[in-house]
Amino acid sequence: MSRGNRTDTALGLSYPRGPLARILRVLLYAVVVVIFAGPLLALLVGAFGKVTSPTEFTLIPQGLTLDNFTRAIDRDVLLYLLNSFVVVGGGLLLQIAVSVSASYALARKRFPGMRLVFLLILSTMMLPEEILAIPLSLVLADVPVVHVNLIGSLWGMILPVAAWGFSILVMTEFMKEIPVELEESARIDGAGEFRIFTAIVLPLCRPALGVIGIFGFTMIWDQYLLPLLVAQDSAQFTLPLALRNLRSDEEVGLGVLLAASLLALLPSVIAFLALQRQFMKGLTSGAVKG
Amino acid sequence: MGATGTRAEPVPPTAPAPPGPVADRPRTRRPPWTRWRGFGVAWLFLAPALLIFTVFKFIPMGRAFQMSFHEVRPYLGDIWVGMDNYTRILTDEAFSSAIVRTVVLAVGQTGGSLVLGFALALLLEGTAKHLWFVRTAVFLPTIVAMAVVAEVWRILYYPGPDGTVNSVLGWVGLGPSQFLNNEDTSLWSVMSVGVWRGAPYDMMIFLAGLSGVDRSLYEASSVDGASIRRRIWHVTLPALRPVFAILFTLAAIRGLRVFTEIFLLTNGGPNGSTEVLMTLIYKVGLERHDLGVASAGSVLLLLATVVLTLAVRFARRGDSKAAS
Repeated sequence: MSRGNRTDTALGLSYPRGPLARILRVLLYAVVVVIFAGPLLALLVGAFGKVTSPTEFTLIPQGLTLDNFTRAIDRDVLLYLLNSFVVVGGGLLLQIAVSVSASYALARKRFPGMRLVFLLILSTMMLPEEILAIPLSLVLADVPVVHVNLIGSLWGMILPVAAWGFSILVMTEFMKEIPVELEESARIDGAGEFRIFTAIVLPLCRPALGVIGIFGFTMIWDQYLLPLLVAQDSAQFTLPLALRNLRSDEEVGLGVLLAASLLALLPSVIAFLALQRQFMKGLTSGAVKG
Repeated sequence: MGATGTRAEPVPPTAPAPPGPVADRPRTRRPPWTRWRGFGVAWLFLAPALLIFTVFKFIPMGRAFQMSFHEVRPYLGDIWVGMDNYTRILTDEAFSSAIVRTVVLAVGQTGGSLVLGFALALLLEGTAKHLWFVRTAVFLPTIVAMAVVAEVWRILYYPGPDGTVNSVLGWVGLGPSQFLNNEDTSLWSVMSVGVWRGAPYDMMIFLAGLSGVDRSLYEASSVDGASIRRRIWHVTLPALRPVFAILFTLAAIRGLRVFTEIFLLTNGGPNGSTEVLMTLIYKVGLERHDLGVASAGSVLLLLATVVLTLAVRFARRGDSKAAS
């Protein structure tokens, strides 16, 4: 495997060369890893270390301690983490259900107005929270027709992300690839629409569920402006939103921020490492489709 | 095998063969109301998505358009002001310099991420296990929430000479910089964070593109004695042109609406040197409650996004026509 061919890659780097070239290459890899992963690793080290000055940010551990975490817990970090999990759990569950349901209609049904619906869903990808921030905050304060105020409620962070154009498009593309024969025979056997959907289509979609699951997770976990608009006081803060208020602490200084940041970083990294294959699949399919 | 039941008689060989068992279904004999019921089922499955999009995307968009032509006065009734909000934005010094800064930042981040991402992709292309490890490590910044990235970089950018980035700069003999705290360096510092987070994403897309490059072309160029540089210029880059176009569009659109990193790294400061359109809209709308002007800004941002998307789409369509 390691003995590659000169024409395997664009640079032909896998082609074996002298020891000097090999050392140079390893050095280059090390620099690249330190630049991109180093800061995050320093976060890990710092969160478990004694951090006194705001400049001490190194990759070398200095004494193991959990002080930063106990202090962070004193400052309600567990509540913020719980809020984050509620938002990402509820949001993701709804997002997947809504996406799968919409994709089923788009991939399997033909009906008048279908092209328009598809265009509308595409157009929502040009309407992110940032652009809509101002009117969205008004809508959240007084949801049309039902007149409910979602400001100050975690629902205000969950419902707007419950439908995501990207997930619907990825799922629709996937469902179009599934052969229809199974559904047809189930229909002949007298299965209802809902039963066909839950018992036949959904199980076949499992690979794509991983893709939209991991993307939905990172998308919701990364939300900042929406929680900022919705949260009224620190009781509704999600963990990313709370970091700003934890920048310093009279007891452990920077440590509390490092511990909280680590907790905000870990779930997304773990989810990514667990579903890396699906993530890469979605990354390229989504990008290629534009 | 017994009788299939639904099939009344074997199809004569001269007739066009029905495409599989689907055609056996007596579709034509269904009463018309089942067709309408089918439409109803489709709309039922679409309803949740359309409801949420309507409430949280389309109604806000409509409100933004509406408010952008009004002086918005809660409880007192809005006053129609025509294009006043737009002219105020386009003539106001704060807004116009924010627009310029937004474009500079978007272009810088997009270009920087593309170049660095391409370099990384070339360096880390291959099937070896250790390369996979390096790629995963490099990709991590893209996964991590922006809020975490911003806090990490605030620490790295500590302006004193013993700050992390300043220490590294010190090794190569560059003086300590104020980074985010200085008007002259703040925008570049923010841009670097954007490139740091954007380049790995571009790298992954480039790697997917690189794996699709025809290996026989590499072999041919190698047989012809072309250097690696010429090979990249004449084989790799042309093959990756569509990937560049996609990444450019995505990054440019994201760059225009940049908010979180600015909000957390500098909040527009020092002295407005990193104020971009979105942070200004946020301040005008939600802190100064000038909803009309803020909405006009949002509408302009939306128009820029739409124009950019359509322009690239049309350019690509012309491109692919010319190619074929």
